[in-house]
Amino acid sequence: MQSFKAAATTNPDMFCHSSFFLRGDDCNSRNQTRFPDLGELDHSAAAFHHDDAFDLSPSSIFSLKSNNVGVVANCLHYGALNTSIGATAIVSSGTGCLDTGQFMYQKGATFGASLGNGHIENWADSGLADNSQQTDTSTDVDTDHKNQLHGVQNAAVMVDSVDQSKSKSGDQKTLRRLAQNREAARKSRLRKKAYVQQLESSRLRLTELEQELQRARQQGIFIASGLSGDHGHTVAGNAALAFDMEYGRWLDEHQRLINDLRSAVNSHMGDNELCILVGGVMAHYDEVFRLKSIGAKADVFHMLSGMWKTPAERCFMWLGGFRSSELLKILGNHLEPLTDQQLMGICNLQQSSQQAEDALSQGMEALQQSLVDTLSSASLGPSASGNVADYMGQMAIAMGKLATLENFLHQADLLRQQTLQQMQRILTTRQAARALLVFSDYTSRLRALSSLWLARPRN
Amino acid sequence: MHCQTGSWGSYVPTTRTTVGDPLERIERLASENAVVIFSISSCCMCHAIKRLFCGMGVNPTVYELDQDPRGKDMEKALMRLLGSSPAVPVVFIGGKLVGTMDRVMASHINGTLVPLLKQAGALWL
Repeated sequence: MQSFKAAATTNPDMFCHSSFFLRGDDCNSRNQTRFPDLGELDHSAAAFHHDDAFDLSPSSIFSLKSNNVGVVANCLHYGALNTSIGATAIVSSGTGCLDTGQFMYQKGATFGASLGNGHIENWADSGLADNSQQTDTSTDVDTDHKNQLHGVQNAAVMVDSVDQSKSKSGDQKTLRRLAQNREAARKSRLRKKAYVQQLESSRLRLTELEQELQRARQQGIFIASGLSGDHGHTVAGNAALAFDMEYGRWLDEHQRLINDLRSAVNSHMGDNELCILVGGVMAHYDEVFRLKSIGAKADVFHMLSGMWKTPAERCFMWLGGFRSSELLKILGNHLEPLTDQQLMGICNLQQSSQQAEDALSQGMEALQQSLVDTLSSASLGPSASGNVADYMGQMAIAMGKLATLENFLHQADLLRQQTLQQMQRILTTRQAARALLVFSDYTSRLRALSSLWLARPRN
Repeated sequence: MHCQTGSWGSYVPTTRTTVGDPLERIERLASENAVVIFSISSCCMCHAIKRLFCGMGVNPTVYELDQDPRGKDMEKALMRLLGSSPAVPVVFIGGKLVGTMDRVMASHINGTLVPLLKQAGALWL
């Protein structure tokens, strides 16, 4: 998340290692010695035309920039520049801002060369902008603009007399260059801002794309395995794919219902109408349990694996879904105020859902233990035929045990469904609406957390 | 609450003299104790339901049908009674049929199981 912070602060060190562009802009401010170098280049560079430089109407600023391209291009030919320092030196310089003017210019030129002509313009501006930083502040853009225009206009007035009095030409050039630098620096800062904003939106888009890709990949894997011709896999693969798609649709519809419920609660809708909305959400939950039961019949391992959930949800999953005992913990204080009777009901529900959950968990442990016993008890008899018969026998027993997995998943889903329904019975309509919103928000935040985690910058 | 994994409540030896139909036998056995569970020793869901009652502090009477000579008949009778397979686990409280795992869990969640247990004398709290 460092780049987010970088956008928010004005710490140049942060900027320095996030992109060359940013680094160059801020590091330029430290450099005072470059100006004389540039002055020499102005006179000696064949591509730089003095006549063009005297025209200081706004459009000429841009033509000035194209001349700067020439300046930079010439610099590439200079022996003083060591382009072989290249990117490695820049990368390894870490967060430090560069003090030597020579290296600064080299860096600019190298970067320009590597990015191609489209970006040389930016760098040239940055390169020229160094001296203007001492007079400008980056936050004061509007006044900057006015000052620069003013400065440019003043310079234009002064420039008209340059042809006439050559003794003043040095001062005029200096003033003009200062104005140009200020203008260039301002433009540079604006471009930097736009670039950073573009980066942020690209990052969000990347997250979305990654999610889509993950989903599509899961489905794609199943399709691919189906195409490979293995009929058994195809059936299960299709079932898993079908469930994933249905679940995706269910989630969208669920979000829509929750949004309606939220606006109803916020607008203080009457209990009668609110009751209908709450009932709608509850009925929609029934729908997901129905989908899961169909999915479990076709591919119980897919349901238990939780591959149809986001990673964070999957991590804290219990027997193919949320923990019924957790539901009330999530609701926490959001249900207050509660009557004594309600409080007792909630406590009992907490306890009974916990007990049922524990019972099913222990049943699953027993299942796993018996599977271990079955699969590890294959007797190694002396005769080959006996061995095979034993093996087949044990496998048949193990198959029977696996078949009970579907029952466990079914019981777990029933437990979840009943916990939701009992909660609705205990609470008033308004409380139930709030409870559903809190629970839904929790799960959607957990999903968002998964996305953020997947998109986090890795160093 | 200490629960032994080996023995579940008491195993009541049955007499072969009464040649009743299995369903009658089931009902008779069910009425002899407050909480009666018909189970199969290798069934994991039966293990879960035993754990549920154990966790509540109830000491149920368990009949393992695979260890009973007339277990097969009783299992078939239970399947007819319940109208579905599997026949086990099935729970009787106070002589009355409560049902299989989903019914027992549903009644526990909606708060009707504990009063039923108290009424049958299986729970004192």
